[in-house]
Amino acid sequence: MAALALARALNLGLRKALEANPKVVIMGEDVGKLGGVFRVTDGLQKDFGEDRVMDTPLAESGIVGTAIGMALRGWRPVCEIQFDGFVFPAYDQIVNQLAKLHYRSGGRLRVPLVIRIPFGGGIGAVEHHSESPEALFAHIPGLKVVACSNAADAYTMIQQAVACDDPVIFFEPKRRYWERGDVDLDIPLEDAFPLHAARVVREGRDATLLAYGPSVRLALDAAAAAAEDGRELEVIDIRSLSPLDWETVHHSVRRTGRCVVIHEAPVFVGYGAELAARVTEQCFYSLEAPVLRVGGFSIPYPPSRLEEHYLPDVERVLDAVDRVFAY
Amino acid sequence: MTVDSLHHTVAPAEAGPADPTLVQLLTPEGQRRGHPDFPLEIADDDVRALYRDMVALRRFDVEATTLQRQGELGIWAQVLGQEAAQIGSARALRPTDMVFPTYREHGVAWCRGIPPEDILQLFRGINFGGWDPAAYHVAPYTIVIGAHALHAVGYAMALQREPGNDSIAIAYFGDGATSEGDVNEAFVFAASYRAPVIFFVQNNQWAISVPEIRQSPIPLYQRAAGFGFPGVRVDGNDVLACLAVTRAAAAHVRAGNGPYLIEAFTYRMGAHTTSDDPTRYRLAAEVEAWKLRDPIERVKAYLSRSGAADADFFTDVDTEAERLAERVRAACVTMPDPGPLTMFDHVYAAGSAMLDAEKAAYAEYLASFEEA
Ligand SMILES: Cc1ncc(C[n+]2csc(CCOP(=O)(O)OP(=O)(O)O)c2C)c(N)n1
Repeated sequence: MAALALARALNLGLRKALEANPKVVIMGEDVGKLGGVFRVTDGLQKDFGEDRVMDTPLAESGIVGTAIGMALRGWRPVCEIQFDGFVFPAYDQIVNQLAKLHYRSGGRLRVPLVIRIPFGGGIGAVEHHSESPEALFAHIPGLKVVACSNAADAYTMIQQAVACDDPVIFFEPKRRYWERGDVDLDIPLEDAFPLHAARVVREGRDATLLAYGPSVRLALDAAAAAAEDGRELEVIDIRSLSPLDWETVHHSVRRTGRCVVIHEAPVFVGYGAELAARVTEQCFYSLEAPVLRVGGFSIPYPPSRLEEHYLPDVERVLDAVDRVFAY
Repeated sequence: MTVDSLHHTVAPAEAGPADPTLVQLLTPEGQRRGHPDFPLEIADDDVRALYRDMVALRRFDVEATTLQRQGELGIWAQVLGQEAAQIGSARALRPTDMVFPTYREHGVAWCRGIPPEDILQLFRGINFGGWDPAAYHVAPYTIVIGAHALHAVGYAMALQREPGNDSIAIAYFGDGATSEGDVNEAFVFAASYRAPVIFFVQNNQWAISVPEIRQSPIPLYQRAAGFGFPGVRVDGNDVLACLAVTRAAAAHVRAGNGPYLIEAFTYRMGAHTTSDDPTRYRLAAEVEAWKLRDPIERVKAYLSRSGAADADFFTDVDTEAERLAERVRAACVTMPDPGPLTMFDHVYAAGSAMLDAEKAAYAEYLASFEEA
C-alpha cells in the first residue's frame, strides 16, 4: 500500500500498462518532456522512449484520427486531451469514427483506444478548462465512458481501460488530482474491482446518493454531515457511465427509497437525467420521494470567480436531501 | 539538414541575421537596414512612439505577472519577447480593421486602445473579456487554439461583400496553432474566396513544450505557397520590419489580392503561462541567445545612436510606464467579484423562461442563508 495522489496513481498505472504490453503507446500534446500539463505522464517518455510516448502536433482531430489508424494496425494508443474544452476538435473523429468502426465493420475492426480527459471545475481556470462534457460521450453508442474518483481506482481503472478492446473515454477529475489515497500497487489486474461496475463507497439505509468523478468526494462529505443529523446516506460511485452498472444502483435505491444524483454538469439533459429516469421507471414502487438532481445550472461554465456558485457543494446536496425527506 | 524518418527531428532553422529569407530593417545592434521588397520611410517621432508602446507593454506584462504571483490573477500569459511583433503589426492597421486575437495579444490590444486593466478581467476570472469587440474592433481573446482563424476569414468574406468597404481582418495565432485543422481550413477558405485577411503567426518557437519542428518540418511561412497565397518571414523582434511587412500585407490584402501569411520569427522569453515550467523542456542557453535579440533594446540603441532620443526621453518613457503599472495594479486589486446571479445573464439574446426560473430558484436559495 502506498499513499498516492490521484495523478501519481494514474502515472504509475500508465507505466504498468506500457510495461505490460509493448503495443501500448501514449500520444498527446506535451505528454513527453513536460509530462503533461498535469504531469500525469511524467517520466514516461524518458523511460519508454519517443516512439511510445509521443509529443504530437497541436491538433486534437489529428491525435485521435491517427490513433484510430494505429489501433487498426494492432497498437493500443492512449491519447491525452489536455483539457476537457479541447476535445471538441476531435469530436467528429470520436463520434463518427471511433465509436462506430467496430459496428460498421460487422465486428471485423477493433479500435482499442483510450482517450484521457481531465474534466470538471474547481481549479480556478480560465474558460474552456472546466467543462463537464460526459453526457455528450455517454450518449454515443459504441463508446465506453468511465470516470475515476480516487487514487486506488485511478491506478487500476486506467490499466483496465488500456486492456479493454473497445474505445474508452476516460474522465479524470482534475480537481482531485492532488488528493491522496491508499493504492495497492501489486494488485493483479484480474483481482481489481471491475472497470464497468459501480461501487457502494459508503453504506446507509435512509437515502442513496449517486455520484461519479469529482462529485464522489462531495457526496461522501455530505453523507458525513448528514450522519451528524442522524441520517444514514448510502453513497454510490457510478464509475462507469456507459455501460451503467444498473444492478448496484437498483439494489440500493430499492432499499433506501430515496435518491439524489450529483454531478457538476448542467442538470438539464445531463447524465443525471438518465439516472433519475431509470430509477423512477424501475424503482417506482420503492420510492418515497421523486429523484432529485444537484448539479450545474443551464449556463456556460461561468468565470472562475463564480464557480463556487455553479458547482454543487455540501449545502446544496444537503438541501436536496432535506427535500427528499420532506415528502 | 538531417532527417530521422521516425522522429522527424531536424536541426531547428537558424533564422539569424544571416538568413536571407528573414526580413529585417533594424539589426539587433540597432543598425538600420534596407529591404528591396519592404522599404520603410519612418519619422523619428514614430520610432519613438513605437518604443514607447513597447516599454509600456513590457511594464504592463511584468506587473500582470507579479499580480498573478500575488494571487490577484488566476493565470497570466506573458508576452515578454514578442513586443515588436505585436506592436509593429498592430500599428500597421487601420482602426476599422478587425483583429482576431489569441490569449497573448496584449500588445495588439494596447494598440487598439483597450485599457490594459480590462484585459486583466479575463485572467482574474470575473468575465471572459472586458471590452466591447465592436468598439475596439478586437474580438474576445480565443483560448481554443486556432478556432478564430476561421472567424477572421468569415469576417473578411463579409467585408468583401460590403461595397466600398476596404477594411480587412487579421488573425493572430502561434506556431503550434498552424497544426490545427481549423487553421488549415481557414487557409483553404481564405485562398479560395480571396478573402481580405492577414494570418499573423507569431512563431515564438514553442507550443508549450513542443518545439516548432514538431509542428512543421518546413518554415511556416512556406506553408502559404501550398495554399496559394504569399507568405513572408519577418524578424519578429524587429518592430520596424514588422510594421513594414504588415503594412505591405495590408495593402496587398486591401487591394483585393486575397490573403497573406506573415510569420514573425520571435521567441517567448517567459513561460507559456504562469502555470508552466519551461526549464523542463528548453535550455537556458537558448533563452540567453535570444536575449541578445531583444526587441526593445535594439530600438533604444538605434534612437540613442542616431541622436533621435536623449536620456530625458528614456527617463520619461520609463516614468510613464511606471505610472501605468501603478494604475493597472490599483484597478486590478479593487475589481469587485461579480454578483452570483450575474452568471445567468447573457446566455441567450432573447432570454429563456427556464433559465429565469433557475435564476429565481437560486436567488431564493441564497436568500435562505440570509434569513437563517
Ligand atoms: C484546441 C486546444 N488544444 C489545446 C490547448 C491547450 N494549449 C493552450 S496554449 C497551447 C500551445 C499553443 O502554442 P502556440 O499556438 O504556438 O501559441 P503560443 O502559446 O506559443 O503563443 C496549448 C496546447 C488549447 N488551448 N486549445
